[in-house]
Amino acid sequence: MKKPVIKVELPETEKSNSGKSRRKFLKLGGLAFVGTSLFLTSCEPESEEFVTADARAKGVNNKRVFNLGEGDRAILNYAYILEQLEAAFYARVVTDTGLSYSPVEPNEEQILTDIYYHEVIHREFFKTALNSFFDPGEIAPDLEFDFSAVTFSNRSNVLAVSQLLEDTGVQAYNGAGKLLENTEFLLLAGKIVSVEARHASAIRDLINPGSQDFASGDYVLGTTLLTDIGGSDLAYDRATPPRDILAAVSDTGFLNTRFITNNIPTA
Amino acid sequence: MNFIDLLDKISGKEALEEKSSRRESFQKIKRIGKQAALASIPFALAATGKKTSAATMAMPAASAMASPTDILNFALTLEYLERNFYQIGLDTTGLIPEKDKDVFALILDHEKSHVNFLAAALGGLADPEPTFDFTVGGALDTFTDYGTFLLLSQGFEDTGVRAYKGQAGALAIDNTLLEYALQIHSVEARHASQVRRMRGEKGWITGNGSVGTAIAAVYEGEANTVQGGVELKGLFDDFGGTAAITEAFDEPLSMAEVNAIAGLFIV
Repeated sequence: MKKPVIKVELPETEKSNSGKSRRKFLKLGGLAFVGTSLFLTSCEPESEEFVTADARAKGVNNKRVFNLGEGDRAILNYAYILEQLEAAFYARVVTDTGLSYSPVEPNEEQILTDIYYHEVIHREFFKTALNSFFDPGEIAPDLEFDFSAVTFSNRSNVLAVSQLLEDTGVQAYNGAGKLLENTEFLLLAGKIVSVEARHASAIRDLINPGSQDFASGDYVLGTTLLTDIGGSDLAYDRATPPRDILAAVSDTGFLNTRFITNNIPTA
Repeated sequence: MNFIDLLDKISGKEALEEKSSRRESFQKIKRIGKQAALASIPFALAATGKKTSAATMAMPAASAMASPTDILNFALTLEYLERNFYQIGLDTTGLIPEKDKDVFALILDHEKSHVNFLAAALGGLADPEPTFDFTVGGALDTFTDYGTFLLLSQGFEDTGVRAYKGQAGALAIDNTLLEYALQIHSVEARHASQVRRMRGEKGWITGNGSVGTAIAAVYEGEANTVQGGVELKGLFDDFGGTAAITEAFDEPLSMAEVNAIAGLFIV
């Protein structure tokens, strides 16, 4: 076991050269993953046959298939992937010259900027945590995302995606809690999930200020945000298993990487 | 405000008493077996020599952990408190401005549901509802001054978030209860974010509470920057710095710390 190594590789260009990296991002993102299912349900181990032609063409350093592994490693990789997605999204929203769209509400730019910072911190934290326990090959790589479906200049589009990501993050952490073996990791997940819920609440209120949307309404069309676990009302966030979350995220088309989840804990 | 003095007096004491020892931290591991290698590295203790307060390390040792019944009753008391507080607030003519009533009506609905759920889960073991005095013997103008009402609301919601988080480790022995608790926990965080923003604060907690909030005990330990044994301070200076680091992680409170806060309002 290695000692935790603080090897935080901060993406300094992410903000200062966002224009350049964005173009690069979009180019890489052109190879969007097209498929029906992100995860493989078979019990076959990771092997060459899962590596797509695209991946081979891009070389071994550009992994496009990743096996999340098992146990706590799988859950931490899963969280790391979700935080990468969030941070990458907000890096496109928060630019040197302000938000990618014209904000409306007071403090809107500050809210989005704060959230961007938080997600970068979460991402780098998981990267550090994973690196302190596992070999590089066992840790999710730096992922590429395809946000070509998002119109970053459009406020309602950006906020809708933000809301979806934050609400999904809440459900994901809620569903992952019981799957963690180590209660230190459980506490850390607990420290993060409530911040994601604070984000979700704020974004929902930006979309519909002063309404009840901060903790009610729909998650996605046809599915309420909150559920009832046996109280008397829709008063509980959902808790969703990792495979369901990854499938939903896959459906957004944002992911360029396939994940093998056949060993991720399910109970 | 007398309220603040009262809270100041009680802050910090329980924190010292609850401090975990190194030996105890090894007992925090839920299960052994395949995870033993991973578990044997106490992630939270990786940074040696760092003084870490109870709030940052609030997972109590197994021997000190409350039983699920105790935890459910602990949660039930907090939900009673919140339900009672919002019910009186909404019943008090002229206290809550019309534009804010929808928000508090929804929060009340949620707290009612949480009470019902926890009481049903406990059945005959449920503690009776305490008698509350939200004016603390007339020292506070809780229901005649909207600013005080809002401040207390924020304090209760943020305390609720920290309280559930602080019990996650103890609930790890029961996956069903753990997940339910997480599903309530994030809803309390949504509430907290909304109420904080109604008060003109950020939805997330900066440092030891935010500007304009003097309810110190509620935010004891929130300025923590050591996560999983890694000092994050100084690593994110281009991403909001220390403020963003403290915002990105919510910290737990121990049962004793929470009871000290809630106890002020119980006759």
